[in-house]
Amino acid sequence: MTTATALDTLGRLESEAIHIFREVAGEFDRPVILFSGGKDSTLLLHLAVKAFWPAPVPFPLLHVDTGHNFDEVIEFRDKVVAQHGLRLEVAKVQDYIDDGRLAERPDGTRNPLQTVPLLDAITGHKFDAVFGGGRRDEERARAKERIFSLRNSFGQWEPRRQRPELWNLYNGRHRPGEHVRVFPLSNWTELDVWHYIAREGIELPSIYYAHRREVYLRDGMWLAEGPWGGPRDGEEKLEKTVRYRTVGDGSCTGAVESDAADIEAVIAEVAASRLTERGATRADDRLSEAAMEDRKREGYF
Amino acid sequence: MSDLLRLATAGSVDDGKSTLVGRLLYDTKSVLADTLDAVHRASADRGLTTPDLSLLVDGLRSEREQGITIDVAYRYFATPKRSFVLADTPGHVQYTRNTVTGASTAQLGVLLVDARKGVIEQTRRHAAVLALLGVPRLVLAVNKIDLVDFDEVTFARIAKEFTAHATALGYAEDAVVEIPVSALAGDNVVERSARTPWYDGPTLLEHLESVPVEPDAHDAPFRFPVQYVIRPRTPEHPDYRGYAGQVAAGTVRVGDEIAVLPAGLRSTVTGIDTADGPLQEAAAGHSVTLLLAHDLDISRGDLIATAGQPPKVTDEFDATVCWLSEKALTPGARVLVKHGTRTVQAIVTELRTRFDEQKLGSTDAPESLSLNEIGQVSVRTAEPIPVDDYTKDRRTGAFLVIDAADGSTLAAGLVGAPLPEVDGVDSCTEGGDAAQPDSHALVSPGP
Ligand SMILES: Nc1nc2c(ncn2[C@@H]2O[C@H](COP(=O)(O)OP(=O)(O)OP(=O)(O)O)[C@@H](O)[C@H]2O)c(=O)[nH]1
Ligand SMILES: [Mg+2]
Repeated sequence: MTTATALDTLGRLESEAIHIFREVAGEFDRPVILFSGGKDSTLLLHLAVKAFWPAPVPFPLLHVDTGHNFDEVIEFRDKVVAQHGLRLEVAKVQDYIDDGRLAERPDGTRNPLQTVPLLDAITGHKFDAVFGGGRRDEERARAKERIFSLRNSFGQWEPRRQRPELWNLYNGRHRPGEHVRVFPLSNWTELDVWHYIAREGIELPSIYYAHRREVYLRDGMWLAEGPWGGPRDGEEKLEKTVRYRTVGDGSCTGAVESDAADIEAVIAEVAASRLTERGATRADDRLSEAAMEDRKREGYF
Repeated sequence: MSDLLRLATAGSVDDGKSTLVGRLLYDTKSVLADTLDAVHRASADRGLTTPDLSLLVDGLRSEREQGITIDVAYRYFATPKRSFVLADTPGHVQYTRNTVTGASTAQLGVLLVDARKGVIEQTRRHAAVLALLGVPRLVLAVNKIDLVDFDEVTFARIAKEFTAHATALGYAEDAVVEIPVSALAGDNVVERSARTPWYDGPTLLEHLESVPVEPDAHDAPFRFPVQYVIRPRTPEHPDYRGYAGQVAAGTVRVGDEIAVLPAGLRSTVTGIDTADGPLQEAAAGHSVTLLLAHDLDISRGDLIATAGQPPKVTDEFDATVCWLSEKALTPGARVLVKHGTRTVQAIVTELRTRFDEQKLGSTDAPESLSLNEIGQVSVRTAEPIPVDDYTKDRRTGAFLVIDAADGSTLAAGLVGAPLPEVDGVDSCTEGGDAAQPDSHALVSPGP
């Protein structure tokens, strides 16, 4: 009799995420959504809009900008922010490098440098809940994370001290100076994300779809030239048809060779892929067996 | 049939839970090449000749160093028949709170035993936790069957002993299925084993693909904890006032008579809104926004329920708690109770019983409840709250007990007495494993 209203997998995931957004809105004073313009954060914002419709999203957005950006993504970011009439705070890694608070790493990668500006922004704005687009299927340290993840006043994740998380009763209590990272997409897989993007018709930066780009091969990844540098001796620039599966710091985010020019083609490609999205495209996760855990302990998202 | 099954592993330390999960993922081809490469490399670094599949799930550095699971890992995989959300939980008694976390939402528990040891103390503790939390079905995976020469008699003995325990905990016979497996070698996990010709039941995966899943409580009385009041006050929506929440139980339809609790106000549902447009009805699990006929004073923490079958509104109730904190519970303790979207001050006025999950009996009026103990308590709240019995409704019968001082979660709370009243079942206490030391000493509990 009521089967007509039973939710399918995507409907269930959507309802769960909306529930999480509303819990945070009801229990925290100063939440913020991490928003880079990438697919997971775009999805996050889409769900936030649905959670509070027809009222506007009651949170500002925060982008921790490595300075190693793809132009298409920054344009997209600003367009989406304007479209929803939201406030965007930008914490720039470049500012920290310019005044010496952070030093450029020898490998040129800036992903690990995001942690300090992120924590400063959280402290400076007194944010008490920080929404991130992390998914448990991305990586095995993330698979261990709670939906509400308490961070101490240094922003650190203490995996051994995680609270029990029972049913869907979330305990967001924290002491002054502490905050909670909240992951509404915890239970989504990469394929769920793409199916949902297709179903909802969510617009993404164009670099997620196949396009021609000059790239060079390093450590088995197709990197693009940019402000972060270009090919070294012996690395040849080639024009290829590629797309990005993840978007992060341009210096360590690789493109994959792909003809998937639209959403259906991307779904077919992801479903058939034999590599995880991080394994295929993120040099920063290849650093060590516990690279992600170590960064999360330090306060990374 | 539902397309999704949520399951959690349980069982004592080293019984092979993570290896079994790894095996399931591996044999269903759910592991992608780069992940597998990493596991091969890590296994070789540890001097192993075959990949250690538990490394697919034991993702924390200290877990891999110690070879144990410390916290729940959530994994997702699908076969053409069904999708699965899998919570791999730790077996060590010190991390029972994480086992409870993984089991609280599970529809099926896969409880492992080591065929050489059979049913031991921790098996019984976890079975009791699963029963308490209302996990509707169990699989007993008699693991490491390779180490007992695939012996039918050993399997049958363990299966019989466990069934007696599960039945005493309230499980119907058809809710428990026993399967002989070797997580390490893969026997009867995904592939049927030629080495257990005497076993004609399903493989673990066949069972997971076909076991009936209890549907969401669509037919239960309607319950809707109000999370947030949506008031846009924009030119397009100057007077909009909607109550946002997720249907916790039952179904709501436009035109339904509802009660707002604890105040006891009455009204009628005039609309069910979503960003995708209005609905005529919404059922358990759906996040929606309700519009009501009257302008009432409703805010976060209130419960909207069907007027015909409202829950009991009370400031005194009996409950069962699974205590998850090092700080013991004593009578008179002042705590916070988080129930639905409402958090209220409360006093645990009385400790009525402590449950002995080994003998399945209980002690009256214990002086305290300490870490991992289950007991019945009486609670008095500072304001009345609308409660259902946990056995009627897992969502609205559940609450958290929170430490008001430091905010930590102290206990899982369940309204009523979900465990059956039983006196000692002697057959379960034989076997003398109480003297068996934990096979796995922890290196150090601190970070
Ligand atoms: N011979 C044999 N060994 C097994 C089998 N299953 C697991 N093991 C071994 O048992 C040990 C413990 O396995 P785990 O999977 O880590 O055990 P666990 O139950 O997850 O342990 P905790 O999570 O710490 O409680 C490992 O050395 C496994 O290789 C099996 O079927 N046969
Ligand atoms: Mg384990």
